[in-house]
Amino acid sequence: MWASVVVTATKLVVVAGSILTGVAIMEWVERRGAAFIQDRLGPNRVGPLGLFQPIVDAIKLLFKEDVTPTNVNKGLYYLAPMISVFVAMVTFIVIPFGAGNDVTIFGAPLGGLIVAPDLGVGILYLLALSALGVYGIVLAGWSSNNKYSLLGGLRSSAQLISYELSMTLAVLGVLLATGSLRLDDVVSHQAAHVWNFIPQFVGFIVFTTAVFAETNRLPFDLAEAETELVAGYHVEYSSMKFAAFLMSEYMNMITASALIVTLFFGGWSFPGMGRFSGWPLLIASVVAFVAKLAFFLWLFVWVRWSLPRFRYDQLMRLGWKGLLPLATLNLVWVGVAMAMRWL
Amino acid sequence: MAAAVFLVVVVVGIVSAVVAMSHRSPVVNVLSLVVTLFCVAASYALLGAEFLAAAQILIYAGAILVLFLFVVMLLNAPEEQRPKEPRPFQRAVGLLLALLAGVGGVAVLIGIEVVAPAARVSGDARAIGRLLVGPYIFAFEFISVVLLAALVGALVLVKRKH
Repeated sequence: MWASVVVTATKLVVVAGSILTGVAIMEWVERRGAAFIQDRLGPNRVGPLGLFQPIVDAIKLLFKEDVTPTNVNKGLYYLAPMISVFVAMVTFIVIPFGAGNDVTIFGAPLGGLIVAPDLGVGILYLLALSALGVYGIVLAGWSSNNKYSLLGGLRSSAQLISYELSMTLAVLGVLLATGSLRLDDVVSHQAAHVWNFIPQFVGFIVFTTAVFAETNRLPFDLAEAETELVAGYHVEYSSMKFAAFLMSEYMNMITASALIVTLFFGGWSFPGMGRFSGWPLLIASVVAFVAKLAFFLWLFVWVRWSLPRFRYDQLMRLGWKGLLPLATLNLVWVGVAMAMRWL
Repeated sequence: MAAAVFLVVVVVGIVSAVVAMSHRSPVVNVLSLVVTLFCVAASYALLGAEFLAAAQILIYAGAILVLFLFVVMLLNAPEEQRPKEPRPFQRAVGLLLALLAGVGGVAVLIGIEVVAPAARVSGDARAIGRLLVGPYIFAFEFISVVLLAALVGALVLVKRKH
């Protein structure tokens, strides 16, 4: 009993710590990557290659004056960043990030490298909670009592609702092929057969595009749109409350990339896995997972600094007339392929 | 342990439902309705119906109430434009409906344990799926037709405005 509590608590601490460290690293990658793409140097003064820049930034944000504008709706204004960070923090627990079913620690089975191995609804939990992320943005926009914020919040809620549909339909294809809601089953199914992005390439494209919209990243960052809305829903936020929104965006990015890897690129599995077992397999699988994760995180940065922002009507047209039919088509294809026993 | 959790869920659920009805600000109404739905989802989870709990949050809290909030914020009626007094009969009809729902709920719930660790019908997605496409296939398809009718109706209403 106690050993399993300790194991779960350790997993939680490791995951939360890794995500927060990942946020700091991603901040550095984003700034250096932007500089690289735009042919400049980027922050390179603090530490080797500017690696300590995130620490300095965090200290700066902590010590900035925390301004609460006069006419905001106080309760909701404080609640909004909390919701954003909370939702971003709790979604990762159903994602398996390494093998380890045959490993025991102090006599307690590790139960795979996943914080909540026994949650039967698996990905539904993740989708349900990440659907709540929109409240953070909408409430921030509304409670700030500012036209720009409100417009950002409204745009964002419309965008999130529209793209959630295509995203869920794309996930449905994967779940249909697996026959289970649990993400570790999705991974082991891909390890036994073929990675999902080959039979469901359309689903992969739809899911990745929708996830870019769900995380409010360029080319879909209509909620922020600096050139039109100043900064959108978080105009009135400063200091750590602003940092909370920034952090939740990067945490969502990490979870989204992990989800792309898990659903379409075999999760922690890698070719030639059969030759390992026990601890070496565990370490190798974590390395494989992190490597794939890093690629998709870089893709987020790459796309952000390469593509211009969509116009609002283009965004809606792409979501409803482009992605939704494609996602449905993918679902039909998976169904037909399964009925014909091709998958 | 489960009974204590259930008690907390019930109290929070009822308080937030009352706030959802009685608070003057529409945004607060919607938000406390979110809390109420969360409590409903939590009681599903306590009954062992994980799938229903997740679906409840995904559909109601994640999609439908976001639309409510969207509408409330778009209208954003100033304080003086909101109706001060409830319409005549509003209170009486509300009480009657609440009484009916309460009596029906009690009649159904008598003899059912509120916290059932081992539910008679398994609450996982597979079992619910089998029920939906098995014995309840007619009701299931019927509901989809009703939803389709609502969808077409909404489109017709929007088209007429233009």
